Amino acid sequence: MVPSLFLITTVELNLIALMDAVSTAASKPSGEGKSLQTGAISTFLGVVRGENLGRRVLRLEYEAYEPLAVRAFARIGAEVAERWPAIRLGIHHRIGRLEVGQASVAIVTCSPHRVDAFAACRYSIERIKQIAPIWKHEFFEGGDVWIEGATADPHDEEAKAEAFRRACA
Amino acid sequence: MRIKVYLFARLCDIVGNNEIEREVPIGTTVRMLWDNLITDFPGLEVYGESLSSAVNAEYARMDVVLNDGDEVAFLPPVSGGQSAM
Repeated sequence: MVPSLFLITTVELNLIALMDAVSTAASKPSGEGKSLQTGAISTFLGVVRGENLGRRVLRLEYEAYEPLAVRAFARIGAEVAERWPAIRLGIHHRIGRLEVGQASVAIVTCSPHRVDAFAACRYSIERIKQIAPIWKHEFFEGGDVWIEGATADPHDEEAKAEAFRRACA
Repeated sequence: MRIKVYLFARLCDIVGNNEIEREVPIGTTVRMLWDNLITDFPGLEVYGESLSSAVNAEYARMDVVLNDGDEVAFLPPVSGGQSAM
């Protein structure tokens, strides 16, 4: 079964399955044309780091508002399609308990050319961090803390522009 | 009106529950619902400036007027994906 392009899951991320899903979406319904339209696939995996701000991290626990998170991913997909019309995007984010070294987020972009594939992939991770309703609870040696980043506002054009600048830097 | 309220991350810790129900008068906005929660859970107040909200799983502004049966989510600053740089 081909997985959804945009997904929140409690199980281990499967980058290959996501790549299959994105390249299938990039091809015509019959499957023909896939090789004609795709010249580059870019992937990103976010991984639980064993150190944060000088603390030794033991594990992370991710929490999401799932229906809104999936919609936020789809919104990012629409933003990507607006800037790079030939790109196809997939985002899978894992929630629950994750150990150091495990992947929390997988992103795949599929494009005729590598420049756009890289840029759209970078843009997507920046936007996930800005607008996806997902929270990280860090358990470190000696305590635990909720990591709080940006106030999520999908209509903040300045944040969107900043993500675009980083993507194309 | 009966409103279902979802709370996430630190907000859930403060309230001690990730899902509560509130009875509110007609004309109540998301902001009024939040202020109403603060009276019961003063620890929430510090999040007033950095908060996002959603109504029925769509991002919504705090001045949106609620309807009976709506599901409102209060979202502290997010931290999905990988770390900052």
